[in-house]
Amino acid sequence: MIVHLSVLQVIIPLMAAPACLLLRKRELVWAFATLATFVTFAVSVLLLSQVMQSGAISYDMGGWEAPWGIEYRIDMLNAPLLVLISGISAIALLAARTSIENEIPENRHSFFYIAWLLCMAGLLGITATGDAFNVFVFLEISSLATYTLIALGKDRRALWASFQYLVAGTIGATFILIGIGLMYVMTGTLNMADLAQRLPEVENTKTVFTAFAFFIVGVCMKLALFPLHLWLPNAYAFAPSIVTTFLAATATKVAVYVMIRFIFDVFGFEFSFTHFPLQEILMTLGIAGIFVASIVAINQDNLKRMLAYSSVAQIGYLILGISFASQTGIMATLLHMLNHGLMKGALFLAMAAVVYRMGVANLSQMHGIASRMPLTMAAFLIGGLSLIGVPLTVGFVSKWYLVSAALENGWWPVAAAILLGSLLSVIYIWRVIEVAYFKSVSNNTPDVKEAPASILIPMWILVLANLYFGMDTSLTVSVTQMAAADLFGGLL
Amino acid sequence: MWAIELPPFVPFYIAAVLAYFTHGKLRSAILLATPILGGLHLLMVPEGIYWQTEFMDYNLTPYKVDSLSLIFGYAFHIAAFIAVLYALHVKDTVQQVAGMIYAGSALGAVFAGDLITLFVFWEFLALSSAFLIFARRTTRAYFAGIRYLIFQVTSGVLLMIGLLFHAAETGSIEFSQIGTGSIGGWLIFIAFGIKCAFPFLHTWLTDAYPESTPTGTVFLSAFTTKVAVYALARGYPGTELLVYIGAAMACFPIFFAVIENDLRRVLAYSLINQVGFMVVGVGIGTALSINGAVSHAFNDIIFKGLLFMTMGAVLQMTGRINGSDLGGLYKTMPRTTLFCIVGAASISAFPLFSGFVSKSMVMSAAIEQGYDWVWLMLLFSAAGVFHHAGIKIPYFAFFAHDSGIRVSDPPINMQLAMFVAAVLCVTIGVFPSLLYSLLPYDTGYNPYDATHVLAQTQLLFFSALAFVWLNLRKMYPPELRSTNLDFDWVYRRLFPSFVKGVFDRIAAIGRLNSALADRLVALSPTLAKQFGPDGALSSTHPVGSMVKWVIVLLAAYLILSFI
Repeated sequence: MIVHLSVLQVIIPLMAAPACLLLRKRELVWAFATLATFVTFAVSVLLLSQVMQSGAISYDMGGWEAPWGIEYRIDMLNAPLLVLISGISAIALLAARTSIENEIPENRHSFFYIAWLLCMAGLLGITATGDAFNVFVFLEISSLATYTLIALGKDRRALWASFQYLVAGTIGATFILIGIGLMYVMTGTLNMADLAQRLPEVENTKTVFTAFAFFIVGVCMKLALFPLHLWLPNAYAFAPSIVTTFLAATATKVAVYVMIRFIFDVFGFEFSFTHFPLQEILMTLGIAGIFVASIVAINQDNLKRMLAYSSVAQIGYLILGISFASQTGIMATLLHMLNHGLMKGALFLAMAAVVYRMGVANLSQMHGIASRMPLTMAAFLIGGLSLIGVPLTVGFVSKWYLVSAALENGWWPVAAAILLGSLLSVIYIWRVIEVAYFKSVSNNTPDVKEAPASILIPMWILVLANLYFGMDTSLTVSVTQMAAADLFGGLL
Repeated sequence: MWAIELPPFVPFYIAAVLAYFTHGKLRSAILLATPILGGLHLLMVPEGIYWQTEFMDYNLTPYKVDSLSLIFGYAFHIAAFIAVLYALHVKDTVQQVAGMIYAGSALGAVFAGDLITLFVFWEFLALSSAFLIFARRTTRAYFAGIRYLIFQVTSGVLLMIGLLFHAAETGSIEFSQIGTGSIGGWLIFIAFGIKCAFPFLHTWLTDAYPESTPTGTVFLSAFTTKVAVYALARGYPGTELLVYIGAAMACFPIFFAVIENDLRRVLAYSLINQVGFMVVGVGIGTALSINGAVSHAFNDIIFKGLLFMTMGAVLQMTGRINGSDLGGLYKTMPRTTLFCIVGAASISAFPLFSGFVSKSMVMSAAIEQGYDWVWLMLLFSAAGVFHHAGIKIPYFAFFAHDSGIRVSDPPINMQLAMFVAAVLCVTIGVFPSLLYSLLPYDTGYNPYDATHVLAQTQLLFFSALAFVWLNLRKMYPPELRSTNLDFDWVYRRLFPSFVKGVFDRIAAIGRLNSALADRLVALSPTLAKQFGPDGALSSTHPVGSMVKWVIVLLAAYLILSFI
């Protein structure tokens, strides 16, 4: 059993999805899907502890040895991400049953859980696999499931948002496929570790350059790097709230992981940063993303859309961390990946609660809502503080390392930009706080009550995680530190 | 001995939580007991480091006790007790919870052994105090609170950046002597400076404090600036620049205070003026001057609190606070009048009142170290203090022309709070050794020698004479309902209009040059629109535009990699 953990990680949700079809009754499907997700979560936690104890795990699928067969490889870089994906998914599913009551027609609930499980299986697969082509396969699985999930939104614009994402996602996936194909042409292998060994022999060819360019642009599309983010705000805004919670906390992170894996492991630091102007491009786009998206976020009325733009800005931070091309920088990115998952999870769950009670999450209709939904808005407040980067929350920890990395490189203006970006997030969070806490309740809003416990409990689990990992940083910092050291270990 | 490791801020935070869930007598009891028990507990805590922990890659020292932090710790407990007692009749959860968190954060900040902990409490201090301003629940107070918050948060951000630089440079985050030798040092210096109300950075204080509730201002006057003085004394003792900054702070508010009509704003200006003395003391950096700064902070917390309390009582009872609307209140508010005079005598440094025993230390240190001009400036401002705080406040509120208002003394708890403060003022003035024994250094200083007493008394008499003479000749600036422009005019009027002007100019050029119009209009006042919900950057785009960007980016990658 223990030796098969790596594959169970992906297989459990993948198999659970069709099993849901047989169960039919939506309550039962929910219970089963949640159970499967919690088992997956347990598996990922076991994997992480195993990796921390005895180093990377390599698993040969079906007994076929590595370069020929498909290899699953769990190391310090992806193990924490597996925990994040399955953990957020488990927590979000707890709230899902209530949250989708008002947002998705009842006869589609079963399909919703099936798509959810497939999406999670895809995301976990991308993360766990050590095979480049396998990445593409799982990418398609997760993407198709995501399009379905988004299209389930009750706003008719959800369909269009989903279609837009479909086009964007397909282009991204195609580019990734072209990139992988070109690599295969040049090296004859698809295994990542094998690729890493063979690519240096042919690295000065235009084909490899092109492969890299296609791959990176494709991934940038998937991770919604500014200005390729255009699909994201609508997708997040019109998808069912609980779907947004899951996607915002995990999907883009997985794409960032793929980027890091290929830049540092497959192509290698040397190629990516010396032969290729990656640093300049990523830094420019990262900073531009932080500023443009934050300023746009300030002017949004729909809070889900506002948080979506804020996600684009946060992706800017992640990319900025990569562009530092230093151990601290990568560590900051990894840390922020995990931390941002926690904060956006909490924030979007709070929005899910608001949508559950009010039908929409428009700022203009939320006057004085804090007096009606005190626990929900308190969660939003703490999540918001975390997003800003206030001490005692996770946001502070990752911002700290980001700025430290910038200063380490001597890039002061960048450090200033990061802090300015934080100030912008103060503004958009404050707008909400001002309306929710300081405006008096308008009379024409329907009676709104505090959200039900089934949403509140998962929300507060995430909020407390924000606080806990903001104060006790030993786990997150040591894991990401080791992962960053591994990535740089190769070239020292 | 129980829990000596218990940091002083913890009881206050617990009390804040309890206060949220309780009401009536129980809440009053909790609020009153906290500073008393906390203070007694602190009295038994010897110096040392009591709490260390790992955070990220650093050693945190969230609780460290030495003589400098102890005296501030005592003062804050006393201030918290007086302020709580004064506000006991208030039935407002927001104020009472915020007040407790605020006092607790101030204590947390002075016992912080490292800069990260300091930063955390720095931010809590800012946030909780803003709620004391919002608690007035007027539009004016709301916007003043927002402006206040912007200043405080800016200070926090600067502290954060400075801290990052400092940590990157020295590899340590210990809160000890920092100095202005590096960028990090300068940034932290400015961060402290904002909280300390350095000239031109002071406007948040005179803007926001008078807008708070009658009881909120008492809290506010005690903590924020004193924490900043403490931080300067810890991080920048002996920085010569501080001497000149402090001298300027001691002098410039005098002019504003004399013409100001809102009596609580007069006190706010005089607060800056008193902090100026402390900053000078820190800047000189000798044992005597640091002692002077610290003990003056201690005394100022009490007598400035007393003065704000008397004015709060006037505001509470009459609903007015402008000098032009008041007068003749002594007839019906005799006790408040008496307390006010005690506070006025203390702040003016009358012999036998508390201000005298601390202010003279700073002045002596200045002359000892050869800062003759600074000494003269301090002398001038000492005369000025007497003028605006010592005479003007009691005179216009309680005497002057009879306004016809007949209100009684305030509720008993407010009177008691003022009484406690007044007793402390006199006790410290008469028995200065009580205070001196708490000071960080032992200098054997005695304030009551003939020169000091004579010089100070002379100064006071001539200052009083000037007031009387000017008043008789009708040359004293009358109390008028007017708006006096301070430096915040630059932040609130000049700068915004400048920015708008620039944008308008750009827009004008844009209109002239039609070829460039599209681009420049994007920078003009329509900038906001571009980013707005309907603007180009946030509107929903057709699928094609996404594809366009993909192509642009791919082309950029390829071209850049092939050349």
